Amino acid sequence: MATEVHMHGRIGESIKRKEDGRFIRGKGNYLDDIELPGMLHMAILRSPHAHARISSVDTAAASGMPGVIAVVTGELMAQHKLAWMPTLSYDTQAVLATDKVRFQGQEVAAVIAESKYQAEDARDAIMVDYDVLPAVISPQQAKEAGAALIRDDKENQKDNHIYHWEAGDQETTKAAFAKADKVVRLHTFYPRCHPAPLETCGCIADVNGATGKATIYMTSQAPHAIRTVFALVTGLPEQNIRVISPDIGGGFGNKVPVYPGYVVATAASLLIGRPVKWVEDRTENLISTGFARDFHMTGDLAVDKDGKMLALRVHLDSDNGAFFADAQPTKFKAGLFHIVTGSYDIPTAHVTADGYYTNKAPGGVAYRCSFRVTEASYLIERLVTNAAIELGMDQAEFRMKNFIQPEQFPYHSATGWVYDSGDYPKAMNVALEQLGYDELRKDVKARRKKGEVTGIGIASFTEVVGAGHGAEFDILGLRMFDSAELRVHPTGKAILRMGTKSQGQGHETTFAQIVTEELGIPAADVAVEEGDTDTAPYGLGTYASRSTPVAGAATAMVARKLRDKGRKIAAHLLEAAEEDLEWESGRFYVKGSPDKAKTIQEIAFAAYTNIPDGMEAGLEGVHYYDPPNMTYPFGTYAVVIDIDKGTGQVKVRRVVAVDDCGVRINPMIVEGQIHGGLAEGYGIAFMELITFDPEGNCIGSNFIDYLLPTAWETPRFELGETVTPSPHHPLGAKGVGESPTVGSPAAYVNAVMDALAPYGVTNIDMPVTSDKVWAALRAAGVNE
Amino acid sequence: MFPAAFDYRAPTSLDETLSVLKQHGEAAKVMAGGQSLIPLLKLRFSRPELVVDIARLPGLNTIRRDDGHLAIGALVRHVDIAGSKELAKTAPMMVEAANWIADPLVRNRGTLVGSVCHADPAGDWGSVMLALSAEIVARSAASERVLHSSDFFKGPFETALKAEEVATEVRIPVRKGPSGGAYLKLERRVGDFATVAVAVQVELDGDKVASCGIGLTAVGPHNIKATEAERSLDGKEPTDQVIAEAARLAAEAAEPKDDLRGSAAYKKDVVRVFVQRGLKTAIARAKEVKA
Repeated sequence: MATEVHMHGRIGESIKRKEDGRFIRGKGNYLDDIELPGMLHMAILRSPHAHARISSVDTAAASGMPGVIAVVTGELMAQHKLAWMPTLSYDTQAVLATDKVRFQGQEVAAVIAESKYQAEDARDAIMVDYDVLPAVISPQQAKEAGAALIRDDKENQKDNHIYHWEAGDQETTKAAFAKADKVVRLHTFYPRCHPAPLETCGCIADVNGATGKATIYMTSQAPHAIRTVFALVTGLPEQNIRVISPDIGGGFGNKVPVYPGYVVATAASLLIGRPVKWVEDRTENLISTGFARDFHMTGDLAVDKDGKMLALRVHLDSDNGAFFADAQPTKFKAGLFHIVTGSYDIPTAHVTADGYYTNKAPGGVAYRCSFRVTEASYLIERLVTNAAIELGMDQAEFRMKNFIQPEQFPYHSATGWVYDSGDYPKAMNVALEQLGYDELRKDVKARRKKGEVTGIGIASFTEVVGAGHGAEFDILGLRMFDSAELRVHPTGKAILRMGTKSQGQGHETTFAQIVTEELGIPAADVAVEEGDTDTAPYGLGTYASRSTPVAGAATAMVARKLRDKGRKIAAHLLEAAEEDLEWESGRFYVKGSPDKAKTIQEIAFAAYTNIPDGMEAGLEGVHYYDPPNMTYPFGTYAVVIDIDKGTGQVKVRRVVAVDDCGVRINPMIVEGQIHGGLAEGYGIAFMELITFDPEGNCIGSNFIDYLLPTAWETPRFELGETVTPSPHHPLGAKGVGESPTVGSPAAYVNAVMDALAPYGVTNIDMPVTSDKVWAALRAAGVNE
Repeated sequence: MFPAAFDYRAPTSLDETLSVLKQHGEAAKVMAGGQSLIPLLKLRFSRPELVVDIARLPGLNTIRRDDGHLAIGALVRHVDIAGSKELAKTAPMMVEAANWIADPLVRNRGTLVGSVCHADPAGDWGSVMLALSAEIVARSAASERVLHSSDFFKGPFETALKAEEVATEVRIPVRKGPSGGAYLKLERRVGDFATVAVAVQVELDGDKVASCGIGLTAVGPHNIKATEAERSLDGKEPTDQVIAEAARLAAEAAEPKDDLRGSAAYKKDVVRVFVQRGLKTAIARAKEVKA
């Protein structure tokens, strides 16, 4: 019997995204789409001040308003020992303020009412008396003698310093600097920005008074970890907590932490006995939830007279806000920032970091970034371009001269990383060729002669993604493995469940394709489900580009387990010895007799109907994958810009982005990810900023002030690729979602710096807005 | 983002509207396209007792050519202006400006007259009205007044309009000589309010400037008419030097403030650059008309 095999959706095929049908038809199921019978609505009263002592909270008027069921204060939460909660960085964070407010937008009280209108009306009627205190809005202010003490709630906290952290080798670095012919310094501030997912954060807490079961629908990128944290915070038994992450409209790191609203809504549902929905508005999301960056960085690069890098020294002051609530692996206080030597073979390096409390929102998250890699990549790539300019060398040539060479992998970096694989010169060459670099350099020269202000920027980033392995990387002790459970039904269709959670990345397609590759079941026949902690296997979630490196690997491994069982069943069906069977394209056949074969679908049916004696029925399994190392995607981005001398506006003429993320599972999804990240990178480089006035008022609290790029501003992207598989990932894949946000900001800014280099300008901090460029031009005497 | 409670009326005639306004005065707020008012309601920055929705009033959604002017009714939306053949012919600068208003969603619903009455100092239409020397027709139960645009804008979100009045139309004078205009806007992102914008309208008499209008957006407590700059061009041949001087005077008329969009010095300089560019474009366009 000739058997037809359908293998649509194997690795490397750009099949359409399975999930898009429901999204483009408006049939997605987001948090705010969910309505439960008897559901109440919660509105949170937030502090108007950055730093103030609370002298009284009067809820009498609010409590009596129409539709109001309850007004929850910090005092009430304290009675249930829930006024404070642990953060993901072993600090504490106020759920509802009891003593002081420590940032503008901090949660002070909450109203639970029959409708959202009533909840907001009553919220406005809560009277709070504040004694305003001086606000601390930067690490520089935080460390001044006599600065206001923000965390007076902590017994041993005498100042605003949170942590000191180091990596690399101070002595050898010092020695190398002593021998340097030239030291190039860059001080740069990577300002506070925000992931700003289009769907804000929210939850519906539904605690069943009869069973004690708490079902919490939540916009979470990490539902399993949240369940455990909830069990620890509330004392509810973990089997009685079910976290469901429905469809999520973008996360970018913003939906990793536990927010006070989740805790208050859950406590309220527990006390009232009805479901409570809480959904942030845009301003609440921007002013109170996990921000990103806010790093003040100084880098010194030591080079010799031939342009060879000798050593790197970096110091960083980190602004962590009012509570140290960064979402990052426990061991690393400044995240993975010490990847700061980047793509370069720098013999020695020393990195120091200090974190400070300020009167700003807490929760430094990795906005589309693997735990502060973005800041590291920005610093080294900006520093390298500045060094090249100072040395009078071409930016590309200087990079080429100092790249880690392909034969040096696995490469041990000066700060302790082991890079898995890479070919940096190749990615650079592909990018330069695609750009037509040599011609463009001549063109830049010619344009400058005519008085035009134009430049080319390059960034050759190295990412570090796919945490763990678990012995090195954990969050609150939870090891950073991930998981996949695969069940093949009798008809040969399958369901795959993972511990991750897509927020738009296309998991339902990408992970189905891994099953297709490994097991031969067409992607269309594989349902992919994530986000329900009662059904999915435990995992640490989706962030830091870890889904494909970790859960993707788990998927391949579990599929291989099932294939091994399938071989036994096929041998039974074909009456052949297992070792006489060959696997290809979704079927086992007898060596030398390709017509004697059983497809995976036939094998699946037999697993439930005709199994060999002594074998367990069924075709399903689970795999928990603990990666042996991180993966190290890389690439070279090149940007060409023109500057309007009259207004200082920067116009991006071209963007060439060459990415190497190892093996690409669905190239179309990969390219979509890169487009999205390059757009976000553009926004960060030129538009996005959360800043504060001296009183600590947050400026950037809505989409008029916080500027997200639209299709109109976003330049056209020209993509290219090289493929250097990861040697330790079962599929050779590395993860890609964050490469473009990590790599592109420096490329954009380097282009502006290249354009302004003839005028002696060495740095403009992001966002590079037209007024800053105008000021630099006018200071250099350039006018229209 | 849920508004405080308010009453809502949607009158079907102008007389009914005017009598409602007479009765409620300051407590009422007139809404046409709602593109400025609704966000303010949702943010609870505006808490009127009564919203009077004039969207159902008949006869206000037309662009009409009257004796010596174009009359644009209170319900004419930005998108109507962007697509108007009449305006493309007689006041093409308005078509250009309409396409700079916010984004397509706002342009589909928002109205020119509503925007003028909202009097946001960063609003685009105010400057266009000033550059074109437009008039605003204000009706109340008792009377009808015609206000010149240069007397209309009083301060941020403040106009010469009284609480019981509705602006029913604006009137744009039709120029006799060859004329051209330009609207230049610096925005940080599509749909953003202007950092700076400049409306310029020039009428030529031979090689000389017969008349000129210059309106400035987002550089003062309200849209500004750069009168000195306008006068400096009167009867002159617009050489580079004359244009540069007018641009300098326009920048002097601007009173911007430092904010996230840029420093006051920056905005003043952009006024200069834009007036210079705008005048050159407007004159070139006027010459095209002549040719």
